[in-house]
Amino acid sequence: MSGPSNYQPTSAVGKWFHERLPIVAFVKDHALDFPTPKNLNYWWTFGGILAVMLVVQIITGIVLVMHYTPQADLAFNSVEHIMRDVNYGWMLRYMHMNGASMFFIAVYIHMFRGMYYGSYKAPREVLWMIGVIIYLIMMATAFMGYVLPWGQMSFWGAKVITNLFSAIPFVGDTVTTWLWGGYSVDNPTLNRFFSLHYLLPFVLAGIVFLHIWALHVPGNNNPTGISVKGPQDTIPFHPYYTMKDGFAIVVFFIFYGLFVFYGPNYMGDAVNYVPANPLVTPAHIKPEWYYLPFYAILRAVPDKLLGVIAMFSSILILLALPWLDTSKVRSGTYRPIFKGFFWVFAIVCVGLGYIGSKPPEGSYVLWGRILAFYYFFHFIVILPLVGLLESPKPLPASISDDVLAKKKPMLAPAE
Amino acid sequence: MRLVSTAVHEDVNRRDFLMIATGAVAGVGAALTAWPFINQMNPDASVLALSSVEVDLAPIAEGQAVTIKWRGNPLIIRHRSQADIDAAKAVKLSDLIDANPRNANAKGGSDASDDNRVVGGKSQFLVMLGVCTHLGCVPVGDQGEYGVVTGNSTTGGWLCPCHGSQYDTAGRVRRGPAPENLPVPPYVYLTDTKIRVG
Repeated sequence: MSGPSNYQPTSAVGKWFHERLPIVAFVKDHALDFPTPKNLNYWWTFGGILAVMLVVQIITGIVLVMHYTPQADLAFNSVEHIMRDVNYGWMLRYMHMNGASMFFIAVYIHMFRGMYYGSYKAPREVLWMIGVIIYLIMMATAFMGYVLPWGQMSFWGAKVITNLFSAIPFVGDTVTTWLWGGYSVDNPTLNRFFSLHYLLPFVLAGIVFLHIWALHVPGNNNPTGISVKGPQDTIPFHPYYTMKDGFAIVVFFIFYGLFVFYGPNYMGDAVNYVPANPLVTPAHIKPEWYYLPFYAILRAVPDKLLGVIAMFSSILILLALPWLDTSKVRSGTYRPIFKGFFWVFAIVCVGLGYIGSKPPEGSYVLWGRILAFYYFFHFIVILPLVGLLESPKPLPASISDDVLAKKKPMLAPAE
Repeated sequence: MRLVSTAVHEDVNRRDFLMIATGAVAGVGAALTAWPFINQMNPDASVLALSSVEVDLAPIAEGQAVTIKWRGNPLIIRHRSQADIDAAKAVKLSDLIDANPRNANAKGGSDASDDNRVVGGKSQFLVMLGVCTHLGCVPVGDQGEYGVVTGNSTTGGWLCPCHGSQYDTAGRVRRGPAPENLPVPPYVYLTDTKIRVG
């Protein structure tokens, strides 16, 4: 991945092993000594937070499966069994349930950080696109996990989302029946979702490895957006960023813990504590919060097929982002006009989430359409034009120069 | 400008203290976090709730043995004949492999006499787990050389089909490889003919 290794085995055993499997060198070069820009701020800690959250979800998930029963007649009660009977079952389930929300909070911050600082631009396009694929698989995994408790919202969420595929011309109904394994969402659907929900996190772990591989080819972007020019611009990953990431992870876990212990159902829907009933749809059906902006875009279009296309496009357009943004300057810090549009876009995304949580009636419909239009307008019109028309602020000569320029002269510490 | 060079002059002991304190806090935190993940595999409340059963002994005829499930294992209840009891009482304690009665209801230090294998002096009812003390197979009743032999038939006595361990009419091991007598679970007589096990 990068140049020759710093690792020199000192013992005879170490040398023997290194010649056969240079894993110690790999860890030293990529997890310890990796040259990292010295100006990374706390927005850069979310990658590490996400890696830890994936591990938390996998561990709590494996443990939950020891007590869960993936069968339509038994699933709901087995989740209640976890909550009431299993030792610490309530905690393990709340960790997993809120862990999903924390995972999405962290991934959204991570993505907006990439957008603000232009982390998707050359030479990091593939890194960004792998990230979009990770995000897509995360959404599929979270959706299938939400179906497993087999409550009312699980069942009807599964029904609505799988029905999206019925919008595909000619083969839609066949595809939907194939997804269900029957005439409706039922036990076969639950079983296959359970199987895939267990599989996909491990697929994610593999793709995360590719994401980090693609990161370690060009190295990290940084708040100035300018490339590393030499050793004076970098510091080793360990101990500097293991400590910074570690501190951020602890703070993030405090936030996570507040939900797990004091508001475990705050982000959930009470209707999901009613067992699934295929004969009655809940009065107001809405997905988990992390899907709401896309749900709003789906509902903004008054046509079944076009609505589904708009929703999928709103995610897939991220794959084209490296080419839609025409500016050569990466960091938003040096792009005064882009910076304004970035924050408008962020507010529009939050607004779409709010609209998605509201019933599709009255002014919510109109606002949903305006915001959905703006979402695409940002990518297709604003980003290409701003890149061409804007004159960026002067960039610092190097990362090191920028760091030193921001430091006020320090008083000499007492010796 | 002095930015990073001060580390060289830093008091080494202070840094060492911080490293050890941080590591200790992280270690204690990791251990505390690990506990719920370990403890979740222990028997849960629904399993513990099933841990006692009541059995009516009245329908069990003399010479008959019934097997019920208790805590996931076979529980053997045998209504012994006088011949079974006499045979068990005739055994010299010095001939036993295991001198411990293996009776959860017996006082500590008791010997493995027949009286110490039952509860409340009711010698006719032998209640014990049908789990061989060797490797856990279920011994088959009315088998082996330590039952009461009358002509061609054997009554009482148990033989484990897996590795050949044999138990006498009181469920005491008489031939290896099993090391211990079949265990008698905790039980009490609720009435003259009704017991609660566990």
